[in-house]
Amino acid sequence: MITYEFLQQYWWCLVSLLGALVVFLMFVQGANSQIFTLGKNEEERRLIINSTGRKWEFTFTTLVTFGGAFFASFPLFYSTSFSGAYWVWMLILFSFVLQAVSYEFQSKLGNVLGTNTYRWFLVINGILGPVLIGTAVGTFFHGANFIVNKDVMGDSLATAISQWSTPWHGLEAVANPWNVVLGLVVFFLCRVLGSLYMLNNIDDAILQPRLRRQVLTDTVPFLVLFLAFVGHLLFMEGWSVDPITGVVSMEAHKYLANLLALPAVSVLFLVGVLLVLFGIVRTLLSPTFLRGIWFSGIGTVLTVWALLMLVGYNNTPYYPSLTDPQSSLTLANSCSSEFTLMAMSIVSLIIPFVLAYIFYAWRSIDLQGITRKELEESEHKY
Amino acid sequence: MMFLNAIDPAVLDWSRAQFALTAGYHWLFVPLTLGLSVVMAIMETIYYRTGDEFWKTTAKFWQKLFGINFAIGVATGLILEFQFGTNWSNYSWFVGDIFGAPLAIEGILAFFMESTFIAVMFFGWNKVSRGFHLASTWLTGMGATLSAWWILVANSWMQHPIGMDFNPDTVRNEMMDFFAVAFQPFAVHKFFHTVSSAWLLGAVFVVGVSCWYLLRNRNVKMATQSIKVAAITGLISTAITAFTGDQSGIDIARHQPMKLAAAEGLIDGSKQAPFSIVPGVEVPGVLSILATHDLDGYVPGINCILYNGYTDPNGNQVEPATAKMEKGKMALAAFKEYRRTRDSQPEKAQAALAKFQENKAYFGYGYIQKPEDLIPPIALTYWPFRIMVFSAGVLGLVLLLLWWFERKGQLLRHRWLLHAGMWSVLLAYLASQSGWIVAEVGRQPWAIQDLLPVNAAVSKLSVTSVQTTFFLFLIIFTALLIAEIRIMTNAIRKHVQE
Repeated sequence: MITYEFLQQYWWCLVSLLGALVVFLMFVQGANSQIFTLGKNEEERRLIINSTGRKWEFTFTTLVTFGGAFFASFPLFYSTSFSGAYWVWMLILFSFVLQAVSYEFQSKLGNVLGTNTYRWFLVINGILGPVLIGTAVGTFFHGANFIVNKDVMGDSLATAISQWSTPWHGLEAVANPWNVVLGLVVFFLCRVLGSLYMLNNIDDAILQPRLRRQVLTDTVPFLVLFLAFVGHLLFMEGWSVDPITGVVSMEAHKYLANLLALPAVSVLFLVGVLLVLFGIVRTLLSPTFLRGIWFSGIGTVLTVWALLMLVGYNNTPYYPSLTDPQSSLTLANSCSSEFTLMAMSIVSLIIPFVLAYIFYAWRSIDLQGITRKELEESEHKY
Repeated sequence: MMFLNAIDPAVLDWSRAQFALTAGYHWLFVPLTLGLSVVMAIMETIYYRTGDEFWKTTAKFWQKLFGINFAIGVATGLILEFQFGTNWSNYSWFVGDIFGAPLAIEGILAFFMESTFIAVMFFGWNKVSRGFHLASTWLTGMGATLSAWWILVANSWMQHPIGMDFNPDTVRNEMMDFFAVAFQPFAVHKFFHTVSSAWLLGAVFVVGVSCWYLLRNRNVKMATQSIKVAAITGLISTAITAFTGDQSGIDIARHQPMKLAAAEGLIDGSKQAPFSIVPGVEVPGVLSILATHDLDGYVPGINCILYNGYTDPNGNQVEPATAKMEKGKMALAAFKEYRRTRDSQPEKAQAALAKFQENKAYFGYGYIQKPEDLIPPIALTYWPFRIMVFSAGVLGLVLLLLWWFERKGQLLRHRWLLHAGMWSVLLAYLASQSGWIVAEVGRQPWAIQDLLPVNAAVSKLSVTSVQTTFFLFLIIFTALLIAEIRIMTNAIRKHVQE
């Protein structure tokens, strides 16, 4: 039976999946953050840029679709978080704007700012993108500073329904070190994924051993920070909403309780983590193994998907308010109408078809890895 | 709570400026993407059918320019989507239930199509079959066009909101009829008008670059053949643009009479209303024909709309804005009373609700402080409208002459025409920007016509925050525009294809 509640859960599941895909696809950013450290000379840098250059649009498009889907399904989050944490989102957007033009412009004659400037734009986006998105997601667990009061629409000089209670407009998130830890987890994960992706995508004898070493270098901080965050998550106090009264209160070990209450999500989480680790370990142990990105990539999607579902299901406000807990956003109080969710759900049935043609098109141009020779001969390159 | 105070009016101005800036920049790049996608796909189709390598090289040249322009269109578009949340947070909640859906569908249906097949188009020449490559080129353009469909559906809904109902419990408008939103005639006309004008711009761009080559006696075959394809594409587009523009005129007269009155500088309404070519020069009766397709059609002026009321073409009496504002205030008061009493005093709440339902059609007018606020900037709608129409006429004429002389093989003999063709590019951009200025400025002060004015739609931010992001966007976008133009002119100058 398709109830309003089911539709809310379905859309949270979809939005979570899109968010998880964004994190996975940020292997582009992870790789770009290493343009100057991994690429020792011009030719190697071009290999890296051309390798991620064939994928960046998917990351970008998924980010935009994530935004659109979140808007359509949970508009109160869109209005509250984007206007409130203004500076965090603006910085993320700026870095992605710079990235989008940099590929096409960096190698072209007359690009005004010079090749290296555009490459630095790619590096800046490669660092800021994952760190800021990770930190922003941290506030899903640790709360943000806002209040929501819809009654203000009754005033002729209406003020905003959603208001932020700090003048820092989102930057205050770094005051909670665990938000920053999550930002760094995402950052190092993206770097690991970036190296795994390039191993698979660039067919080059010199870069490959270097990439394998880089996987190890980034895995160490990733693992330490990730395990610390998971430990923190299992023991932390969380917000909980009474499904009948809608009253929000604190609950000890909330996310541990969620994991136990949602066995399917727990399994997803565990399988995801194992896949991420398998992809990394196999790459480190076997010098001929190139498919690490598939395992770690799929593992990343499953892990992040599970984490995001954990934060919204089982009567958990997914965007808790530190200023006024009763303003916290839950699936029920922030979602679109039943009609809109239903209409959107019908549209969502087309997603498998979209995935199928993406897969087909990717395969058709990506069967062989990029080589120095191909770059030399190709007319369209970055 | 103490920080729930009113919004600084300067925040509204800067947020509007930022939206205008980012939308204006975005619309510099999008029409070329849409227009070039058609021209290059036609050329690749000719290559596919004839196997003539000349057409492959020609198509690839235009695809290269397409690529330079595409990325910056994508970059500027990102901001527009998220800006609804960052700077227009009340808007996002108040109508997000309707407005969010087209944006999400745009992502799922259009953006993925575009970004998947553009990769095949650029990197797949030696990797996929000719047929698959051709399909990819068309699908890239189709993705871009589909995305235009959904974003124009969203924009049309802001001009003519339909298929929704206000819910006082959730304090927002909720969608009641998806098909009314997605396929209303207003959207259909707007889509074809906008997209065909973009095809026209793309065609004129191809013509302009080609004329530049011909004036220098370079790449003559490529330039002549490109003019042939582009002139025909452009002429067809001009016809569609003109026809749908006429339809849009009727839509506006019906649903946004104030926009029409401002675009015509019409203070008092009349039958057989004259059309003003420039101030002081009028053609009798033409405005009535444009707005109602009837010489005797009544066109209301600003005074009728604000103070006096009038009778619309269907014979219905339309109240003046002053009366609507009064009802709007009643709707707001009833809404407030309902919210206050709904948990504690159900009877009072029911009475308030009834009173609210009676007046809710005018809810948005409750946020208007004085009737004069309802007049959009007149000069900024009057002049762009004339620039748009005049430019489109000139473009059509230039394309017609180019097509004619190309047919007779006399193109190189008429250097003045080649000059005209080259400078037409600027005119096309001018017309295209002007069109959007009429559409968007003419809707002011409404974010959504009659439903939500901009002052009730804006986010509560500090003035310095919005100022800072405004100037950041200004600097970044301007730098990128300069870079884009230089890269483009370099690529054009360096291209050799004899």
